[in-house]
Amino acid sequence: MTKKSDNELTAGDFKVGAIVTEPASARQYQTGTWRSERAIMNREKCTKCGLCYIFCPEGCIQPAPDAEGYFDIDLFYCKGCGICAHECPSDAITMVEEAE
Amino acid sequence: MAKRVGMEVSIAVAEAAGLANADVVAAYPITPQTHIVEHLAEMVADGHLDAQYIPVESEHSAMSACLGASAAGARTFTATAGQGLELMHEVLYVASSMQLPVIMAVANRALSAPLSVWGDHSDAMAVRDTGWIQIFVENGQEAVDNVICAFRIGEDPGVLLPVMVHLDGFHLSHVIEPIELPAREQVDRFLPVYHHPMPLDPARPVTMGAFAPPAIYSETKWAQETNLRKSKGTILKAWDEFGKAFGRQYHPLESYHAEGARVLLLTMGSFSETAMTVIDKLRAKGQSVGQLKLRLWRPFPFDEIRQAVSGAEVLIVLDRALSVGGPGGPVCSEVRSALFDQAHRPKVVSFVGGLGGRDISPEEFEQILGRGTEIARSGRQREFEIIGVRE
Repeated sequence: MTKKSDNELTAGDFKVGAIVTEPASARQYQTGTWRSERAIMNREKCTKCGLCYIFCPEGCIQPAPDAEGYFDIDLFYCKGCGICAHECPSDAITMVEEAE
Repeated sequence: MAKRVGMEVSIAVAEAAGLANADVVAAYPITPQTHIVEHLAEMVADGHLDAQYIPVESEHSAMSACLGASAAGARTFTATAGQGLELMHEVLYVASSMQLPVIMAVANRALSAPLSVWGDHSDAMAVRDTGWIQIFVENGQEAVDNVICAFRIGEDPGVLLPVMVHLDGFHLSHVIEPIELPAREQVDRFLPVYHHPMPLDPARPVTMGAFAPPAIYSETKWAQETNLRKSKGTILKAWDEFGKAFGRQYHPLESYHAEGARVLLLTMGSFSETAMTVIDKLRAKGQSVGQLKLRLWRPFPFDEIRQAVSGAEVLIVLDRALSVGGPGGPVCSEVRSALFDQAHRPKVVSFVGGLGGRDISPEEFEQILGRGTEIARSGRQREFEIIGVRE
């Protein structure tokens, strides 16, 4: 069954107080479109301290699968809040305008 | 076997929730409903009602706990009044939009300031838009009967909406009236067991009250509106079945000599009964007057009102609440709006009275009918009239 997009859903699709029966459906919501700045990681400066991972309020920074000790930012969800850049003690993360 | 008792209406309301075998009561006391929740606490403590009683820290918590309980599949009841109803205001919308059938008795109380513990409808009028089914009662028997009906209506699988039963604070909550309390077996037969179709259950996880972006919020509201309007069918059916089972029939709009009357008075709540004595007196003198008593407030009974007043020349609506700086009488403004497009409609005159527990005497009801008819004839000078105020 193809899932309807937001703009296709009708009033009749909402049953029982708009209850959501698909668990963890929030994962499908792309919050990455909200950001106006993107966090760019510079691995050369990174000391693998893990503070960016700890401080990200959304859990969007995860261990990099390709390089142990480093971290990757999940751009699907990242809202560009800049906390990781602010907390990084090595200035390894910079916030760059999305427009650039 | 049903038993006839002389009982304080608050206590009777608690007994009704007990007869309905409520599972969870999360409540906070407030005059003039305190006796309802106190008696329920006693019933639970004494083992007369097998329920979880949660004495919460405020009405906001009471409604929050109630909706959580209802979401888990519990038959849920609470009571509040006045400032308490206001304190839970934001949660009321959640209970109805999430379709959780919490049943609540409201001992209608005036809103501060100044502080008034006494009865009027301002608390109810402040929650018109919350999406709850709302029923107004006139006496203790109606309060008991409609608390029981409320469970039947709200928990119906085709409805699943919270229900407020409004009874006048002090005028009803604190009076001892003759009431026929149904027997537990009769209520058990009348009320099916409550089942939420998708309750909170770790084995079958669901999300209730998720956020909705602009693209879909309107659709959820339209679904809510459709459901509340549709619930009227179930309300009528429940009242019919209550009538068959218990011998007392309720309607969205009750008529008292309204058929063929030239001048109609529309009231809601306990002062309807005072007005009835005045209707009798004036009719005995040959006046063509009648009365309409509004019982179903939400969903608003547009058809019944339009039908009932179509032959009248004058419709006087008496409100027990004041919409300050606005149309005056909230019920009147809704009635007037409902009649606006009708080809045949009476002149509608708005009266506001009985605020903050002020009684309206039979003499004052005569004045309302007299002055109202005169204003209809000569044309109104003001948006509404206020009765019994020393200016």
